[in-house]
Amino acid sequence: MRGKGEFIALAALAIFFLGFIFVNSTGDHEWGGADGEAEGVIADLTGGAYRPWIDPVWEPPSGEIESLFFSLQAAVGGLVIGYFLGYYRRAKGAS
Amino acid sequence: MHIMEGFLPHPWWEIWFALSLPVVVYGAYNINRLIKEQREALPLLAVAGAFVFVLSSLKLPSVTGSCSHPTGTGMGAILFGPGMTSVLATIVLVYQAFFLAHGGLTTLGANVFSMGIAGPFVGYLIYKASMRSGLNLYAAVFLAATMADFATYIVTSIQLALAFPASSGGALASLKAFAAIFAVTQIPLAIVEGVVTALMFKYILQARSDVLVRLKVVSPKALSDIKEATV
Repeated sequence: MRGKGEFIALAALAIFFLGFIFVNSTGDHEWGGADGEAEGVIADLTGGAYRPWIDPVWEPPSGEIESLFFSLQAAVGGLVIGYFLGYYRRAKGAS
Repeated sequence: MHIMEGFLPHPWWEIWFALSLPVVVYGAYNINRLIKEQREALPLLAVAGAFVFVLSSLKLPSVTGSCSHPTGTGMGAILFGPGMTSVLATIVLVYQAFFLAHGGLTTLGANVFSMGIAGPFVGYLIYKASMRSGLNLYAAVFLAATMADFATYIVTSIQLALAFPASSGGALASLKAFAAIFAVTQIPLAIVEGVVTALMFKYILQARSDVLVRLKVVSPKALSDIKEATV
């Protein structure tokens, strides 16, 4: 069957999205990063005594700027994938 | 989600650097050889690297009410093995440490080890074993990518547990606490990554199955099996 892979992928994404909607409707969630929560566990384990011994060289000054760099990362990746898959298809004699 | 800057105390951050460095050097050596001997595979290496870029930029909500991101390294592991994939992961991790304060430079060794080495190594082994057992090609890719993603976060949990053993119960007790966050959050994400990787693999196979055969990713026999059952 043609398009079976696409169908399965879309179905998986749909289930994933429905899962999000369901969990989001069951109460207040912060939807913060798992790494931030791990920081909380470290605080618990050490009785709040642990301090990071070095700070990041540079931090995005705001959430907006952080999302800019994440988008940039995704855009560059998408561009490269599209370019080379297109290149391969053409090299093969355009199917 | 990587270990944040400054969150691995001495001597752990040095230990993970020491473990990661030889693998990254070995991977760089292999990439160098690929450039000289198999130039036609280079665009595929770029695609594998770009795949890590895209997937590790997507912070997705999970059933635990928190967010994490997939790794994208399963694809590289299947196509090029864990060595070369560790180099691809290092590039992404350095970018995120510099521009996003995501992960960190002192924790780079640990993060390369989990995302660039341990995860891909697990994925690579699963892919090879599945292909040998005659499993469907796409099922093998799905399994390998899902487990590469999942193993990455198990290892992250282990790394944190070793550095922060609980006062009662030791590292094993803290492993439970870290895995409850990282591993559980990751389960649905890992499955989605497996599915997306399998689909991407299909496109690569359609475009250049000859390169995949030369890289010994698929055997000519597996390829003809797939071609008969057009997906």
